[in-house]
Formats: sequence, C-alpha cells, structure tokens
Amino acid sequence: MSTAPDPDIAISIRGLVTRVGGHILHDHIDLDVVRGEILAVVGSSGSGKSVLLRSIIGLQHPSGGRIEVLGHDLDTLSDDALVHVQVRWGVLFQDGALFGDQTVAQNVQTPLREHADLPQRLMDEIASVRLSMVGLPPDAAGKYPSELSGGMRKRAGLARALTLDPELLFLDEPTAGLDPISASEFDVLVRELQQSLRLTVFMVTHDLGTLRATSDRIAVLVDTKLKVGTIATLAEDPHPWIHEYFAGVRAMAQP
Amino acid sequence: MHAPALSNAAWYKTEHRNGTFRLVVGGAWVRGEARRLDPILRALDIGQYTDAEFDCGAIERLDTVGAWLLLRTKRSLEQRGVAVRPVHVDPKYRALVHTIDHECRAPPVAPPPRPTLTTRLERIGRGCFHAVHQGYELVGFFGLIVYETIETILHPRRLRIAALVHQMEETGLNATPIVGLLSFLIGVVFAYQGSDQLRRFGADVFTVNLLGVGVLRELGGLMAAIIAAGRSGSAFAAQIGTMKLSEEIDAIQVTGFNVVEVLVLPRLLGIILTLPLLTFYSNMMGLLGGAATCNLDLGITIPAFLHQLHGAVSGWTFWVGVIKAPVFAFIIGLVGCHQGFQAERNASSVGRHTTQAVVESIFLVIAADAVFSIVFSKLGI
Repeated sequence: MSTAPDPDIAISIRGLVTRVGGHILHDHIDLDVVRGEILAVVGSSGSGKSVLLRSIIGLQHPSGGRIEVLGHDLDTLSDDALVHVQVRWGVLFQDGALFGDQTVAQNVQTPLREHADLPQRLMDEIASVRLSMVGLPPDAAGKYPSELSGGMRKRAGLARALTLDPELLFLDEPTAGLDPISASEFDVLVRELQQSLRLTVFMVTHDLGTLRATSDRIAVLVDTKLKVGTIATLAEDPHPWIHEYFAGVRAMAQP
Repeated sequence: MHAPALSNAAWYKTEHRNGTFRLVVGGAWVRGEARRLDPILRALDIGQYTDAEFDCGAIERLDTVGAWLLLRTKRSLEQRGVAVRPVHVDPKYRALVHTIDHECRAPPVAPPPRPTLTTRLERIGRGCFHAVHQGYELVGFFGLIVYETIETILHPRRLRIAALVHQMEETGLNATPIVGLLSFLIGVVFAYQGSDQLRRFGADVFTVNLLGVGVLRELGGLMAAIIAAGRSGSAFAAQIGTMKLSEEIDAIQVTGFNVVEVLVLPRLLGIILTLPLLTFYSNMMGLLGGAATCNLDLGITIPAFLHQLHGAVSGWTFWVGVIKAPVFAFIIGLVGCHQGFQAERNASSVGRHTTQAVVESIFLVIAADAVFSIVFSKLGI
C-alpha cells in the first residue's frame, strides 16, 4: 500500500491473474469501479465473471495481482480488519443464498444480530422496513425461503445484503431465472435503491435488459481480458463477440 | 460520505418555542447508537403540544436504522394527532428518508408468539403424530421395495450389475479397515475384562469361551452393522437427499427410469450381500484381538486358544451371528434410502434426515437383535 487509496475509487484491480486448474481465466486485468456508479460485468458463459466477483469479495484467492476494495487489500488484512470491510459491503448471490432454517425476517436480521446490538423489537421493525424497501409483502417476513418464489428469494437476499447499509453492493446475476417482467422490476428496484442509498454496485449479468436499464459502465470479459465502456462505445468494438453482443443491445434500444 | 470510524455520537434535545415542540437531533444517527436511542424515542412524551418540529440540521451521518427511528417517532406522534414538520433535512438524506417513508407503510411484523403450554403440547402431539406417520411411510416404502425386488427377480435383466458392484465396493470393501480395527480392539477389551473377572475363580481359560460366544453370537455382527449404519446408511440418505435437492431424482423419473430400481435396489442388495461378509471378517478380527490378548496377558498359546475355542463354540454359535447380518443390512439400507427420499429441498433437511437415518437404523438394528435373542433362546439354539 505505497500510495494513498483514492477515496473516489470503490474497487481497484491491478494486474489480476486467475488460474483455475492450469487454465488462465484472467490475464493481467485492470479495473477501477468509481463510487456511486453501477458497473456491470458481462461475458460468455465460463469466461470467469463470477470468479472475478468471488475474487473481489475474497472468496477466491487470485493467482497474481492486487485487488483493493474500499481502499483495503483484503489479502493483507487481519481477521478483525477484514470484518470491518465486510460490514461495508453487501452481496446478493445468484439464488439469494438465504439461510434455509431461518425465516425471511430472521435472514434479514442476521447481519444486525452479528454486528450490532439492538433490541429485538427494533430489529423486527428494521427487518420490515428492509422488506418493504425491496418490495416484499409484509407476510413474507414469517415465511421460510423454501416457501418463496425465485423472484421473492432474490428480493429477500437483496434485503439481507442491504441490512447493514453497505456502501458497496455486489450482485451475481440478479435477474437470472426471473421472468422478463420481474426482471425489469428488479432492475428498477436496484436503480432506485442505488440512488436513494447512494450505493456503488458491481454486478455480473447476462441480461441485456439489465445492462440497458441499470448500468453506467460495462466491463466485458472476453479472451481473459477486460474491455470497459458503455453500450454505445462497445458496439463499435472490433472484437466479434463484443460486437455481436452489443449490436443486439443496441437493436433492443432502438425500437 | 463515510467519515473514518469515529464521528460524533448521536445526540438530541427537546425545546419548546412559540407553542411548538421541537426535537433537535444531531451527530451520527446510525445503528451503533440505536440501542440507546430506541427506548428514549419510544417513550418520548411531548405533553399537550399539537405541533412539533424535528430539526435535523445537525445530523452528520444517517443510516436506515437512524432514519427509521426518526420516522417511527414522527408517525407515532402523528397517530396522536400531532402535526410534525421535519426541518433542515440535508438534501443528501432526502432520498433515503423518502424511500423508507414511501415504501414502509405496512405495520411492523408481529414477533412470533412466545411458547405457551398449548404450543408445547401441540409440539408433543405433532411429534407423536410425526413418529407414527414415519412408521406408516416406512411400511409403505417396505412394500414398494418388496414389490420391486420381486419384479427384479422375475426379470433379472433389470438388475443393474455395475451399480450393484459399485455399492458392494463402497459399503463392503471400503469398510474393511475400520471394521477390522474396531473389532480387533473390541476383542482386546473383551478379553481383558473377561480375564480380570475369571482369574478370581482361577478360570482364566474360560476367557476363550466368553470371547468365542460373545464375539461370534453378538459383538462381531453388531459392530459391523453399527459401522455400516454410520458409514453406508448415512451415505444412502445423504446421496439420495442431495439428488432430490438438485432435481436429479426428478430427472431420473421423467427419463423413464424406475427410481427404486436405479437408486434403491443396488444399494439395498449391495449392503445385504456384503454385510454378512463384513460380519464374518469382523468376527475373525475380534477373535484375533482376543487371541492376541490371551497370548500376551494369560499366556494361552494360539494352538491352546484354538483348542479351547473349538470346545466352546458350535457351528450354530457362528451361524447365529451371520444369519442376522442380512436382516440388519436390510434395515440399514431401507431406512437410509427412505430417509433420503423424505428429505425436502433444502440443505438443513438433508442433514436432518441423514442423522435420522443413522439413529433410526441403529435403533432398529438393536431392536431386531433383541427379537433374535428371544427367538433363538425359545428355539434353544
């Protein structure tokens, strides 16, 4: 940590190399995520998008390079210091990753229970605030994850990710498996919450609609490298995969 | 936006100005302060005022918990007919406050009722009903298995040889190290305890009789069965439960396979064929452990041990132990597979049913052993 971290940069990746079983997924990737933006990562299946997300949140150890999240290199932090970074982010996993033996309300309260000392009555209130923020009906609070539909599980997972008022929100394929209407509702929700809670969002997605509706910038992971731009600039990219992909997005944008 | 860790603590003061009640708040209104603020705000009394102002100008940090505390106070005053005006709200917090205020109109979730005598009784009742239902389901599953087994005997081509051999390797061959070691140790323990007692009567040599009858009739078979329940019964439940979780069972079903034929019969037949062999092996290792102890502790040589053993046990002593093995195996396989199918589609349920499979199968094995003892004693074997 020779240079002081730039306070406007939420995530900074320098020279990231990821090797999985002798196969190179990321070859010296650089990326900066600016505070307050929504950055979406796209790429073909198996290109290592989710691995990139897992590397940033410290679930996967990079083979080389450095990742700084909120000004900290997770690899160099002690366990206590790591927790201080972890309470400043929220992660929505692909299928919500709700704890199956807890009700939705308990799921949402879990981070509070662990990291804050609040009376149960207040926690119940906060849980219902969170649930209504993500658009879940009040009766969802007492249900178990197995009783919810996929879309509701994602909303509940989002409520849990937001419980500690994170600065940084990670979304792993937030709209995968949702019908187009639920998906676009979810996009609107993410956008609204991002603005009202002033979140920085890092998302991995496949969904062209999500890209168009929510993202400020897009990072394309192709042939182990990252290309960053907007829909307009990426559509001009000479790379055939990128070109084909964003020509499709642009076609959708122009009815 | 995020000041480095230590910011001013949250504070508040109340004022009365021109017939208006004023709540002035400032500092960091964040979740770390909520424990202190929550009871104060809940008990806030504004007397006879019908007009209130919340001055939020001094707030340095605000998160959802802090915003909710203020909004909740505002709402509870409004319910009492007080007009509340928030003033000096920093524009950067407006969106947050608006979102909470706009979205959260529903009453807060009622906490789950505390357990009363009735709910406890209800739990006991449900537990009993569940146990009976479980037994009923197990009998149904038993019937299904018997039917499918007969079908397979009538059409032997339906038997999946590769899967059967694989299961025999898993449940039988791979269990030999642990079964052998534990039975050997049981033999050692048994011989020591027996010789200690019998030495008082100068009858040390009867340790061999005790060992022979004890290991061959009961211990060898029970050890093998209990280890099989722990290793294989749990594996059956966990494998089938996980397959249910990942929809593999549904996939098998819609592809036109018979689930019982594909999943249950190879496991059940595999353990039924291998547990008698494991029992035999367990018997031998138990006797070996006993013989080693007798040799070292009592000075009974191996030929003398064998001679004494020959006199002590009959063919029936051995067969009584081995005959029980297929029955134990059937119980373990049946319960393991059944619990696997009972699992619901979540991780904790698979874990629960795996535990249940082991507990239930060990219970049933020992119960069956007791029944065998009674029957054999009536038959005079």
